[in-house]
Amino acid sequence: MTLLPDSLPDAEAQCQQLAEAIRPSLSKNPALVGIFSGGVWIAERLRALLGLADEIGMIDVSFYRDDFAEKGLHPQCRPTTIPFDVQDRHIILVDDVLYTGRTTRAAINELFDYGRPASVQLAVLADRGGRELPIDKSFEAWEVTLGEGANLVLESNPQGLLAWRLENA
Amino acid sequence: MHNPQLNKNGELTHLLSTEGLPAAILTQILDTAASFMEVSSRDVKKVPLLRGKSVFNLFFENSTRTRTTFEIAAKRLSADVINLDITRSSTAKGETLLDTIDNLCAMDANLFVVRHASSGAPYLIAEHLRKIGRDDIHVVNAGDGRHAHPTQGLLDMYTIRHYKKDFTQLRVAIVGDILHSRVARSDIHALTTLGVPEVRAIGPETLLPKYLDKLGVHVYHDMAAGLRDCDVVIMLRLQNERMNGALLPSAGEYFRHYGLTPQMLAQAKPDAIVMHPGPMNRGVEIHSAVADGPQAVILPQVTFGIAVRMAVMSIVAGN
Repeated sequence: MTLLPDSLPDAEAQCQQLAEAIRPSLSKNPALVGIFSGGVWIAERLRALLGLADEIGMIDVSFYRDDFAEKGLHPQCRPTTIPFDVQDRHIILVDDVLYTGRTTRAAINELFDYGRPASVQLAVLADRGGRELPIDKSFEAWEVTLGEGANLVLESNPQGLLAWRLENA
Repeated sequence: MHNPQLNKNGELTHLLSTEGLPAAILTQILDTAASFMEVSSRDVKKVPLLRGKSVFNLFFENSTRTRTTFEIAAKRLSADVINLDITRSSTAKGETLLDTIDNLCAMDANLFVVRHASSGAPYLIAEHLRKIGRDDIHVVNAGDGRHAHPTQGLLDMYTIRHYKKDFTQLRVAIVGDILHSRVARSDIHALTTLGVPEVRAIGPETLLPKYLDKLGVHVYHDMAAGLRDCDVVIMLRLQNERMNGALLPSAGEYFRHYGLTPQMLAQAKPDAIVMHPGPMNRGVEIHSAVADGPQAVILPQVTFGIAVRMAVMSIVAGN
């Protein structure tokens, strides 16, 4: 199936879908950690939709990436902030697109430098397949197949609303 | 003109001087350092970026603070750090600098941190590495002669940005022995590139170089006039050996004219910060009441220096 740019789903509606998928797990008092940039936007929405007390954590995986030797340091890295104690906490990592799984691997490694969580789950807005590591999501809003040259990008528009954009290399 | 610090894509591959670096690269280093500040505040103060890399600290001239902070920075990046005790090494036995480098390359060095009494020594090493085709080995200048001390310059910029947020409204005074100071030179180039509108140099005529006006620096021989309405005061160390020569009459005389006392500091803005690259000579260039006072940010400079050196090493090692 070819995905046409004008048929992209509503990312804001997908955030609500994702929140509903997570809601049954709230009894474990999970804390959200968004992966920059898209994951942080989504985690902020999930926190509001689910009424979570804890501020969200934010991870920039630049210092943990496995392609440092090829690509060098990302020119714009932002500080990671984890405003709660990771030790023994149920953590939900949040990202926009799950693809190779390498970013998730890096984020899990970074998270463990803050402590030993009770569990780590992964919530993504879109799973586009193409995994290169044994990593899977726990919650998702959208499963989509894309060609290898395609790049699915989550953007925050000037009104602050999330929207998908499809790039073709 | 070929800039030996940049690769063909214009990325930083050696850090030799703040001179000639575009504002975008200086800002990238400061932004990256901000991320490393967070790493240094964790329980596990380590990231895996330079895992398996070897960093050689080559200090041909003594330094405790700079060498230690480079070592801490490299270790927090997970690199292996080798400190060479040069005074007891082959150099003392007559080996040339470049022979030493070739030998360390044969030991699979990835990054050299170089302090040398001769201006230009790190350039010589970088040029040599280019000639022998070792673009994968990087050089960071940790102070060369009177020429440059770029990581100190950058940590000073980090400190200023941390407390003052914006460079483009500031009046910055550098006080003391600017003639012999590689820190002052690195600061002046970085301040100018980052858009500081007014940089002042304060000191006796014998300790101020002639080229300052060419760099756009305003020269003051009167300390009180020079400090007036400044936002940032950078004190420089007065090296003991200068005080006995023809350049200065005595330490006491120097302190009377150019020592930063609370009364002198009152000439600057009330929220001015006081910086010093260390080691300080209390009672020579700075009064203890200022050094230990609320406007001094001398110890935060040291902490910021680790994050800035982590940023520099990880950026060059990746390019």
